Amino acid sequence: MRAAVIVFPGSNCDRDMAVALREVTGAETAMVWHGDSGLPDNIDIVGIPGGFSFGDYLRCGAIAANSPICRAVVDFAAKGGAVLGVCNGFQVLTETGLLPGALMRNANLKFICKPVELVVETADSLFTSGYEKGQRIEIPVAHHDGNYRADAELRAQLEAEDRIAFRYGTDINGADDRIAGVLSENRRVLGLMPHPERAVDPLHGGTDGVAMFRSLAASLVSA
Amino acid sequence: MNEPEITPDLIAAHGLKPDEYDRLVEIIGRVPSFTELGIFSAMWNEHCSYKSSKKWLRTLPTTGEQVICGPGENAGVVDIGDGQAVVFKMESHNHPSYIEPYQGAATGVGGILRDVFTMGARPVAAMNALSFGEVGHPKTRQLVHGVVEGVGGYGNCFGVPTVGGEVRFHPAYNGNCLVNAFAAGLADADKIFYSAASGVGMPVVYLGAKTGRDGVGGATMASAEFDDTIEEKRPTVQVGDPFTEKRLMEACLELMQTGAVISIQDMGAAGLTCSAVEMGDKGRLGIRLDLDKVPVREEHMTAYEMMLSESQERMLMVLNPEKEDVAKAVFDKWELDFAIVGETIPEDRFVIVHGGAVKADLPLSKLSSEAPEYDRPWVETPPAAPLGELPQIDAIEGLRALVGSPNHASKSWVYEQYDHMVMADTVRRPGLGGGAIRVHGTKKALVFTSDVTPRYVQANPYEGGKQAVAEAYRNLTAAGAKPLATTDNLNFGNPEKPEIMGQFVGALKGIGEACAALDMPIVSGNVSLYNETDGKAILPTPTIGAVGLLKNAKNLIGSRPEEGDLAVLLGAPGTHLGQSALIWELLGRAEGDAPAVDLKAERRHGVFLRNNRKLVNAATDLGDGGLALAAFEMAAAAGTGVTLEPATTEELFGEDQARYLLACSFDEAEELLVLAGGKGIPATVVGRFGGDTVSLGGATAPLADLLALYRDSFAATLG
Repeated sequence: MRAAVIVFPGSNCDRDMAVALREVTGAETAMVWHGDSGLPDNIDIVGIPGGFSFGDYLRCGAIAANSPICRAVVDFAAKGGAVLGVCNGFQVLTETGLLPGALMRNANLKFICKPVELVVETADSLFTSGYEKGQRIEIPVAHHDGNYRADAELRAQLEAEDRIAFRYGTDINGADDRIAGVLSENRRVLGLMPHPERAVDPLHGGTDGVAMFRSLAASLVSA
Repeated sequence: MNEPEITPDLIAAHGLKPDEYDRLVEIIGRVPSFTELGIFSAMWNEHCSYKSSKKWLRTLPTTGEQVICGPGENAGVVDIGDGQAVVFKMESHNHPSYIEPYQGAATGVGGILRDVFTMGARPVAAMNALSFGEVGHPKTRQLVHGVVEGVGGYGNCFGVPTVGGEVRFHPAYNGNCLVNAFAAGLADADKIFYSAASGVGMPVVYLGAKTGRDGVGGATMASAEFDDTIEEKRPTVQVGDPFTEKRLMEACLELMQTGAVISIQDMGAAGLTCSAVEMGDKGRLGIRLDLDKVPVREEHMTAYEMMLSESQERMLMVLNPEKEDVAKAVFDKWELDFAIVGETIPEDRFVIVHGGAVKADLPLSKLSSEAPEYDRPWVETPPAAPLGELPQIDAIEGLRALVGSPNHASKSWVYEQYDHMVMADTVRRPGLGGGAIRVHGTKKALVFTSDVTPRYVQANPYEGGKQAVAEAYRNLTAAGAKPLATTDNLNFGNPEKPEIMGQFVGALKGIGEACAALDMPIVSGNVSLYNETDGKAILPTPTIGAVGLLKNAKNLIGSRPEEGDLAVLLGAPGTHLGQSALIWELLGRAEGDAPAVDLKAERRHGVFLRNNRKLVNAATDLGDGGLALAAFEMAAAAGTGVTLEPATTEELFGEDQARYLLACSFDEAEELLVLAGGKGIPATVVGRFGGDTVSLGGATAPLADLLALYRDSFAATLG
């Protein structure tokens, strides 16, 4: 598997994502600067990491979504490329339009950092095939704007198309239907607020993120 | 613009005493210009010159095999083996945080992070020690929300895990909250960057955010007491931009790799003035600055304002002129402003040119070397009156009073607002004892703790000072780490009062003795005086930040006992209730002497625990709240009950020192007790973890009730 991790000037989980990709899957992982206009050749997956891409003082991810590299990521996804957006990466993906809905400020208006329980809502994707549908896992969150909003019509559509990847076990941030992560229509783009890369080593206090990276490795074997 | 005339009022407004002003005139041989007066006031205020504390700071132990660089640079540097070093410091941002809590706290975090990466280290952990007024005071809730959000807002965006800290409430902080920010970074031991300039005619480069009027006079403000004009001081608080700071860090670290940086100094208190003087003074050179070159974000700024601005996220460096292109490419990549604003000169002068005119021309080295230094009169703190008679205390009621108080309740409301896991190396999260991170890419781990019990220091500055260090030692040890070194953040009242100076002198004596005895030299620190409002001082609060090392992160001792583990008390049974948390929280009494600290016993018990860590499932140090609170906190961490056999108030809540509570299996406990016996170290089985009740010498309550109180009372009172 060959991976590219996008680096915005305010990304701060870029290294964490690269470490998880390399250590869990052995993927060759390139760091790609936001100002670049193209991705390296023969990439199997693009990771958009957590952080504060451009400070995110206004709408999180809005400036990042208009960066040169994001145009390349949108093209990559349009051709069926796999994209994983975590936390700020999820926000960026909704801003590019690759994923529907929006991420608003947490309902309690506070930053929330803690391990939370997630329910795996579908095992039918290259990100979640290593989990069982309905499985309860523990993954940390760390965000100020993780309150996922989608109108009733969109929620019904996501539900009908089995595109809700994860829900929070209990409401933590006000997200509609406790949605924590969603898939694109072709199921090859996943955005989620929790940080699977922070749960891949026993020393992290939990390893429930490992299955996501293993799922990817199993699906995306390099030619 | 015409500069104002130098009058006695103007001199006083700059915080200079008449005799200090006379000294200034004597040094330069004439009346200073307005800009020069500003520069002197910035260099000679308490915050920058340490004029009241220097004499006593010199007495602290600052050396040791592990120390690469002690106090005097931006942060201390300590060897952690394999050619690596940890770089750390703690610094206060008390006055600004009281005036504007969010920005005050945020820029406090920004300042300490800058101190660390200025030395070439990537910040990897942060802590915050916060002291607020009583919970019911009308300002407290707003301060707590603002400060916690400010700390989180800055650190979370910058991307450093906040792994520990302290939060306390006491009426003595009603008019002065304390915000003590700690940061630690990692660097290669042979690639540390210092502030001393070298070479004549070298370009002085300004890097980072543009200069505005924010914070003009901030350091002078931080060296004065508050009164009812405090709201007028708001414009002296700076505004932080963590996104710029993050880029500034990445740019600096990248630039340092290229060999372009000769010396570097961040712009903190008194901005351009302090940083330029520091670089010149350490390098025995002069500096000439052309302020027309300084990137500004406001119009018509005067030389005075530019020299005193405390705008954040700025750096000054002396660059190798041959590498200018390399440097420019790095700054452009990170989209940061930079400009060559001056040069090093052979003469010992600090020359400021603006609009073609010389605005200041001063003897550079004398700005620091001739700064006033005082041997302030002090009186020893009188011995505390003995503890009076206590009523009969129900142990469960005592425990409820503790865990129901925001002082001892779970601080999850606070630390869940801080990203404590970014960088994915956090291996011990905040909540109980020290926080720990793995040294990235190695097996090693670093443990961090921040400690002081101000009630003890108030009652007995000497023992209280020792105790703060001893508790830090125990917190590191309880996590399995070897304590390495210390940073101190000394918060006191007005040093011109002999009683306050007496607290300072006493506490420093205790801190110094403890650091020497426990081999935890002080490598950096900060002094914050004048923490008084309307003549009322805070509790003396010398916060001790300390760092410990584990060669293998797998040897970390956890904080969660297993169901069925025995509770083993390492150390003697409790006897001392003077100044205890119990009598303060339950009875509202602050009486008696602080517990005495036997430093030999601390060391003996600490070494014993570290050597036998394989026999221990979980450990915590015994601090305020004694055995009962420690046992409850361990039980709470594991979500299990606990039964303690000791029944007296002294045994359950006494705060005697040099003690730990350990959780061990039956076999482990047996072995540990035999080993301890052989060494003459007191160790006894005092109870057992498990079940769904908390039982203290016969008094019992459901675990669920106490847990709810422990988890909810902070948010219920302050959320």
